[in-house]
Amino acid sequence: MTLLEARSVSYSYIAQQAVLSDVSLAVPDQSVIYLLGHNGCGKTTLLEILSGIRPPQAGSVRLNGHDLYHISSARRAQRVGLVPQMHLPVFAYTVRDVVMMGRTPHLRLFGTPGARDRAIVDAAIEQVGLAALRDRPYTGLSGGERQLTLIARGLAQQTEVLLLDEPTAHLDPRNQHRVLETVSQLAGQNVSFVISSHNPNSALLYAHHVVVMKAGRIVADGRPAEVLTEPVLSTAYEMPVEVIYNEKNAARAIMPRRTNGA
Amino acid sequence: MTPILSRWLPGACVWLHAEHRQKALYLLILLLPLPAAIYCIGLGRYAIPTEDVVRALLDFALGRHDASAGPDIVYNLVTRVRLPRIAAAMFIGANLAVTGATFQGIFRNPLVDSNILGVTSGAGFGAALMLLLVGDPLEVQLAAFFVGLVAVLLAYSVSRLYHSAPLLVLTLVGILVGSFFSSLTSLLKYVADPLDTLPAITYWLMGGLTDVTLGDIPALAAISLLGMVVLWGVRWRLNVLSMGDNEALALGLNPTRLKLLIIVCSTLMTAMAVSVGGVIGWVGLVIPHAARTLVGPDHQRLIPATMALGAVFLLLIDTMSRTLLPAEVPLGVFTGVVGVPLLLVILRVNRTGWR
Repeated sequence: MTLLEARSVSYSYIAQQAVLSDVSLAVPDQSVIYLLGHNGCGKTTLLEILSGIRPPQAGSVRLNGHDLYHISSARRAQRVGLVPQMHLPVFAYTVRDVVMMGRTPHLRLFGTPGARDRAIVDAAIEQVGLAALRDRPYTGLSGGERQLTLIARGLAQQTEVLLLDEPTAHLDPRNQHRVLETVSQLAGQNVSFVISSHNPNSALLYAHHVVVMKAGRIVADGRPAEVLTEPVLSTAYEMPVEVIYNEKNAARAIMPRRTNGA
Repeated sequence: MTPILSRWLPGACVWLHAEHRQKALYLLILLLPLPAAIYCIGLGRYAIPTEDVVRALLDFALGRHDASAGPDIVYNLVTRVRLPRIAAAMFIGANLAVTGATFQGIFRNPLVDSNILGVTSGAGFGAALMLLLVGDPLEVQLAAFFVGLVAVLLAYSVSRLYHSAPLLVLTLVGILVGSFFSSLTSLLKYVADPLDTLPAITYWLMGGLTDVTLGDIPALAAISLLGMVVLWGVRWRLNVLSMGDNEALALGLNPTRLKLLIIVCSTLMTAMAVSVGGVIGWVGLVIPHAARTLVGPDHQRLIPATMALGAVFLLLIDTMSRTLLPAEVPLGVFTGVVGVPLLLVILRVNRTGWR
């Protein structure tokens, strides 16, 4: 069943310079969708449009068949969450404070988090392995730890769809593995993920569906085995890419091919 | 993060767990205004023992004072002279401090204060204009209040004409509108009678509570309490707003509407404070930083702590201004003289609360 769907979405920040042109994307339940593409190809804009914070200039976004932009912002945020790329706030909130912000859509108008919210937040912090840093200032953490904090906030939001904007960009291999295994596990528990990434190898390992973008358009869309091929990736990244296959002819790794030297 | 006061607690509290110590401190800060007010009412040229102050206040609150028994100097001094002034100082201090903290949160800038949208400069111009034209204290107060509101309305409306970087534009336009009204005030001072009106304008702009009467308190209290209730109500949402509009949107808030509500409340509170007490600087900048150092940056505690500390700060400053020297010193002078070194100490000792 399709949970979230973008239909012929277009967007431009400057007139006549489209960042997204006629992009359509369906997010079924319990799925992990990877968005791949070069810098500036429109991945973040597409995620923002899918999250409900940036209305498309053409086309529509539907959540369970209803126009996402006609749903109240709190109800929308109870069902669709966005984990942004890393940022640094002005005030030195603790890790727990930042993760607690994920509970905001579930609070009443003048409400503050209660015992149940605190339990959910502590579980999310535990899930990403930050329990020891719970009371540390978010602004004093390393880039990877801040990214894990934002992912924990997304988990604490308890949405049906979670949109992750380059969630593993600053993480070491161990933490990449931890986050993506958590994603994979939650995908089996009624949460769908759309992940923008510059790492086709993790798409190979974790994606149910891969969308490759180039200059604001979708150039390939399908199962990883269909999309993560040398012609598609070489065209999308405008560089030679090599896909390494195992003995069963299944892709195992994606590497750039050197163009200068060996 | 351990806000600084949890480390400064007296030895008697060492047995408390750090989290409980922090809670005890927070409670202490919230309770501080009451004993501070009772103590300060007793201070002055005519010193009154604390027990007499408490008795007079209880008689006043419970309506059990017997006026037929003849004039009661202590009762009259406490309730008619010092109580209005102390209540005004505390409401004004709380207003300026909490609006400063709120604006720092929504503008995501620890350098702004309650005047960032020009309300104080607008109020100053309104008061100066009425002092020049009429001189009636009530009209001066009303003009200060309404022109303060007009200044913010102007800043907000002009900023809406620009579509890029709305927060930056609002800050810039607020500063411009404030400067515009300050220039107009300078023009009024230039044309004012140097023997009569000019000193009146100058003293008003330096802030002071000398002329506050019991009649000023109901309106000040009503607007202050209403604003405080709203800002207290949105204290959690201020955390989210301080992360930026996109994050607030993604977390289900409507940042434009919420910020408008906060700006309206803060403007009413600041305009009211300035119309009663004149231009009192530094409270809206120093107290939020002091409070953040003591209780941390989470607005759930920061907002109530800022109200309490702002009230106590201005109460102490006003008490100093009326007791330290034979002649009363304008409030705005002491807030700077005390506030600036205090801010420097806070920055030197601990920068907890902002990166």
